[in-house]
Amino acid sequence: MSGQSHRLPSGGRIDRSKTVRFSFDGRSYEGHPGDTLASGLIANGVHLTGRSFKYHRPRGITTSGSEEPNALVTTGEGGRTEPNVPATMVELHDGLVARSQNRWPSLSFDLMAVNSLLKPFFPAGFYYKTFMWPRSFWYRLYEPAIRRAAGLGTIADQPDPDVYEHSYAHCDVLVVGAGPAGLMAAQAAARAGARVVLADERAVPGGHLAGEAIEVDGRDSAAWAQGICDELDGLENVQMLLRTSVFGRYDGLTFGAVERVGDHLGNDSSGDLRQRRWTIQTRQFVCATGAIERPLVFGDNDRPGIMLAGSARHYVNQYGVLPGRKVVVATNNDDSYLTARDLARAGADVTLIDSRREKDVTGHALLPGETEVRYGQCVTQTCGKLHVSSARLADISEPDHIRSELPCDLICTSGGWNPTIHLLSHCGARPKWDSAISAFAMAKVENGVHMVGGAAGTFELQKCLQEGVAAGVAAASACSRKARKPAAPKTEKLPEYRIQPLWRLPDTISKASASFVDFQNDVTIADLELADREGFGHAEHAKRYTTLGMATDQGKLSNVNAIGVLSELRGTPIAETGTTTYRPLYTPAALGTLAGQRQGAEFRATRHSAMHQWHEKNGAVFTEAGLWLRPYYYPREGEDFAAAVKREVLNARSAVGMVDVSTLGKIELKGPDSGQFLDRLYINSFSKMKTGRARYGVMLREDGMVFDDGTVTRLADDHYFITVTTANASGVMQHMEFCHQVHWPDLDVQFCSVTEVWAAMAVAGPKARDVLSRVVDGIDLSNEAFPLQSVADARIGDAFVRVLRISFSGELAYEIYTPADCGLGVWEAIMEAGAEDGISAYGTEAMTVMRTEKGHVAGPELDGRTTADDLGLGRMMSQRKDYIGRWLSQRSGLTGAGRSQLVGLKPITNSDTFRMGAHLVTEPGTIGPDVSQGHVTTSVYSPACDHFIGLALLQDGRSRTGERVYVASPLHNEQVEAEVTGPVFVDPDGERMRG
Amino acid sequence: MQIPCPWCGSRPLDEFEYGGDATKKRPEGKKQENMEAWVDYAFLHDNVAGRHKEYWQHVGGCRCWLIVTRDTRTHEIIKSEFAVPQLRSNQR
Repeated sequence: MSGQSHRLPSGGRIDRSKTVRFSFDGRSYEGHPGDTLASGLIANGVHLTGRSFKYHRPRGITTSGSEEPNALVTTGEGGRTEPNVPATMVELHDGLVARSQNRWPSLSFDLMAVNSLLKPFFPAGFYYKTFMWPRSFWYRLYEPAIRRAAGLGTIADQPDPDVYEHSYAHCDVLVVGAGPAGLMAAQAAARAGARVVLADERAVPGGHLAGEAIEVDGRDSAAWAQGICDELDGLENVQMLLRTSVFGRYDGLTFGAVERVGDHLGNDSSGDLRQRRWTIQTRQFVCATGAIERPLVFGDNDRPGIMLAGSARHYVNQYGVLPGRKVVVATNNDDSYLTARDLARAGADVTLIDSRREKDVTGHALLPGETEVRYGQCVTQTCGKLHVSSARLADISEPDHIRSELPCDLICTSGGWNPTIHLLSHCGARPKWDSAISAFAMAKVENGVHMVGGAAGTFELQKCLQEGVAAGVAAASACSRKARKPAAPKTEKLPEYRIQPLWRLPDTISKASASFVDFQNDVTIADLELADREGFGHAEHAKRYTTLGMATDQGKLSNVNAIGVLSELRGTPIAETGTTTYRPLYTPAALGTLAGQRQGAEFRATRHSAMHQWHEKNGAVFTEAGLWLRPYYYPREGEDFAAAVKREVLNARSAVGMVDVSTLGKIELKGPDSGQFLDRLYINSFSKMKTGRARYGVMLREDGMVFDDGTVTRLADDHYFITVTTANASGVMQHMEFCHQVHWPDLDVQFCSVTEVWAAMAVAGPKARDVLSRVVDGIDLSNEAFPLQSVADARIGDAFVRVLRISFSGELAYEIYTPADCGLGVWEAIMEAGAEDGISAYGTEAMTVMRTEKGHVAGPELDGRTTADDLGLGRMMSQRKDYIGRWLSQRSGLTGAGRSQLVGLKPITNSDTFRMGAHLVTEPGTIGPDVSQGHVTTSVYSPACDHFIGLALLQDGRSRTGERVYVASPLHNEQVEAEVTGPVFVDPDGERMRG
Repeated sequence: MQIPCPWCGSRPLDEFEYGGDATKKRPEGKKQENMEAWVDYAFLHDNVAGRHKEYWQHVGGCRCWLIVTRDTRTHEIIKSEFAVPQLRSNQR
């Protein structure tokens, strides 16, 4: 027990047979398994754990739970560094490394503590009011400097090596909180046969019972809780989630939670699971989240050694440590009498200061005879440097007059208990002020929600147990699990909880010293007064004005105190002062946990075509297209991007090339009304197209804009196959399903996405027929037998292939479709057959160059703002049928003069280049939306023309062929003179693809 | 949040995609004089605070389009039915 100066000789629920070593700020200490970092530090007499956010005031351990505002530390090293962790929630393990935050050069000697002396000059809003001019200085100078001085911990500067995962749970009854009420609810529901999830943020069950010295069912309360927990853990229909913070409730009884799986184990090897994010879907929710104590607000109430009363006895009872030997308990309610009792029993010298009159108090029966109680008094101010050394006391009727000064090394403070209603309010329900307990509570809850125990404002243990049982039975029976209602266990009789609010002391005290309302964000009563004076007195306004409640603890200790103070300042009832809104997350969650496995390459799925291996082996550089990875270009030795693309294009135009087009969306349609269905989807007609033919088609959106394009192939009378653009594949499928199910359910057609079923490749170039004739069995590929727009089934080796003669490149070209598992074999067979003709693969960039040379539109032109006529496809629009988008494409504004139309562009000087997104203007040097006449949608270097070419959307463009315009990109300080041309640069009559 | 799919049962929101206002019916007429009806159908939608009928598709499930009646203030789902009228009588 060397060095553990404040460890009690016996007691506590820690494992005294083992010792663990940990370090804090470089010094090493000893503790026991079962300790938290906070209890381990207190055992070693360490209270000072950090410096405050704004004034750098010394701060210490204030609570024993997740609500801790002051004792925030940084744990871990390197990539495992985690800032702003409450020391109260860190379980001690061997080798734990923790550091204090926001101090320099050291915790006990912090230079920035000078801020504290300047406090009168740093009221709320100070920075914003002072550092206003010049405006640009805020971002460059003031803000970074202020940020360095204020603040919390620093995040890791290396990647996090730990593993996180997501998991899902579905249950009948979710019980949040394994305190007395929660355990009873879970037990009752589980015994009725309901599927139960019981979650609690702590490592041990029992809630506050884990830190009490009272009896339940004739046993020590913590042992009783552990017993129930063990019973539940053994049941198949119960999932216990300890160390699991349920951080948020979302619509329809969906909950988010973080389970700390590995933190307490101190693992340091990569690959171990650290935390798991749960999504829990339940049918019934039992909110048993308990209550959180609020401190009293008095002068210098933030010194290390000032602690919540309930937490102080928690340290004694659960951890066997004594937070102080000379103790002042300052309270306005009866719960603190348990603290006075437990600390006195542990050997402390306790004085209890109760602001109420003796006749309003119920708790004194608990106290050992020798305990001194002073009724009608309060602590007005404290003294001390790095630890509290004395408390100044005054009569509540005359708080300005100091009656006495008590030396002490611990002040336990309690201003009452607030039901933890966050999970009841996350979906928007507002709490009501309950004057019986002087706290906000929920007056009613939604269907399927049950609140029990402290969360429901019930502070009497026996009642908590009963409510738990009743809620468990009700929740189970709502899920059709019938149960007899068991009796709740009996507890020892405890005094009734009574409270008289004490929000603040007179102005003279808050002016003479700092009376903190929000510890973590350093907000004092004076700040709230200022907020109110300047018209920001409503709770929601004061919060923004002072930053109260905006720290990592989200005001768990401060919000209600602030509302009480504001209500007194404003002279309005608390109900009219308003509450702040409760939003998830209840406690902070690490970003890594929220991301789970979705990091880096696993951020989203990656789709590979069947030929991906070949592309990799042949040096392809890949580009992302939606989820797909597609070959962008295939550089050879010594080639850069431009050289590779140029070679690929020239080879396809002069010999033969092949491109992987497997990523195209593919949909198969069957049924007698398939043709009619397609007629209604596309602007052109397919019901009259002959079997064995393929044709280009365009779809509009209902508002008349072009939606998608692709080919439609008729395989039989009642059987079609369509391709849609890669990026739009899922959208087109949804659109078709919508049209069929919502608009025309009477059409007899079935369709199915077959994108993954088929691998596809296009073979293009003057030698394409020669190459394919060597490998394709079953079709006569001659021009006469198999002209443009033909389709037929055939074989390549053992593989089934479907051959379409269509051309995107403008060359003689064929698309080969084959079942995905044959894709690689077919690709390689064609490559082998084409070797003698110099076949080479080309990527998406070469494909873009060739389609641009041919004036074919693609994604950049189908930007959702272009009509078919804008793109020069107006003649395809059938006049003889109704189709999606037909009528709205004819509304005024979409037709007639002034539309931007597709044109080609070429630079006047051959060596000039221009870029996508550049604007077209008629006068050199002019820029801006008012002079822009259009923009470049695609620009590429054309090997065929040996200069840059572009497609552009230009106002009334089709009638402006031959005109000169300036292509301007003011962002890049570029301007090039160019000539407007038709969109087709190569083989305008299409002889090559027909040849 | 969960949406009850009449075919698959109650399923999480991630499986569904929103499809917009379901209170409008696509105009039947082919005449261009019907333009006002078309504009109304495509563009003029109420931003309802309260119960609203909207299209949802169960994309991660049966791929049925549904008409869901949802309270836009509370996200309470009052009703969920197939968009295809013939299927509605078979709802489970």
